Amino acid sequence: MSNFMARLAGRNRKSANQAKERLQLVLIHDRTNLSNSVLETIKDEIIEVLSRHIDIESDTVSVEINNDGRQQRLLADIPILGAKRKR
Amino acid sequence: MAAKVLTVTSGKGGVGKTTITANLGAALASHNQKVVCIDGDIGLRNLDVVLGLENRIVYDIVDVVEGRCKLRQAMIRDKRIEGLFLIPAAQTRDKTAVSPSDMVRICDELRPDYDWVIIDSPAGIERGFRNALAPADRVFVVTNPEVSAVRDADRIIGITEAEEKGPAQLIINRINPAMVERGDMISTIDIVELLAIELIGIIPEDSNVIVSTNRGLPIVLDGKSQAGQALQNIARRVMGENVPFLDLNDQGGFFKQIGKLFSSGGKNE
Repeated sequence: MSNFMARLAGRNRKSANQAKERLQLVLIHDRTNLSNSVLETIKDEIIEVLSRHIDIESDTVSVEINNDGRQQRLLADIPILGAKRKR
Repeated sequence: MAAKVLTVTSGKGGVGKTTITANLGAALASHNQKVVCIDGDIGLRNLDVVLGLENRIVYDIVDVVEGRCKLRQAMIRDKRIEGLFLIPAAQTRDKTAVSPSDMVRICDELRPDYDWVIIDSPAGIERGFRNALAPADRVFVVTNPEVSAVRDADRIIGITEAEEKGPAQLIINRINPAMVERGDMISTIDIVELLAIELIGIIPEDSNVIVSTNRGLPIVLDGKSQAGQALQNIARRVMGENVPFLDLNDQGGFFKQIGKLFSSGGKNE
């Protein structure tokens, strides 16, 4: 039964979609020459610098690369802790 | 006449560069254009056999570069297709026998007397590719709907931009509409989105290509072949005509979308 479900799930994920998703990641990496570990380091250092000035929610910070045509953008999403929770 | 130099390249081998070069040449010549095809794959020449001219080679491009013959002596005139010429590669030498500046010089010598020079680039990103890129006015990147070919195409597009030879234009070869429909082949739209360059041709998978290669006759001469039709259309687009992309039947929705993509995307004019 679970085998059957797995096959159903597999069938829903068309191989063309898998190919596209895999290519999206590979191309970002090829174009920027940035590995995940470098991105992690960048994230840690951003947290470190910003924490000197503001309180941020360091657990939910995300740093990722997005495609904009043939250009790549580094996007950082950094939630700031509310005033209430400060002090 | 001031020929434009078109370079057909891909990164990955076996995606159809040579077939596309030969057929683009034949198609342009059939529109009364004067065309020279240059085989850039020194050491692994093939454009001669695809064009069916292998028995007529006397001199090759390395003979020209090393001064053993004049450029015109190395040019083979296709007797079946008026206006089409081939400069073959050397078979017993390697890529370093020719330099990028040699290629620029050869193309500059051809420019006044021809309409188009089409260079068939070898696979890879090394010397042979650099040779093919150096004289290019326009670069056509060929890919297949497969992850490896798309990835390599992206590298080539990046290098073309870095060398200020861009923007390259994309030819997607060997699309199988039934597989795309089933969700088992990356679609044209997805490839264009991933590579983010202008599309200039979509060629369907077509077993007639092998038959025409067996005979050494360009498939554009076969009016019934879909691949031949698609290649004819690319040639017309190269000449500046606005030709809609082929409707590969029973794919209504899919190819209508492509039509939209073409009319809205890409360069103006």
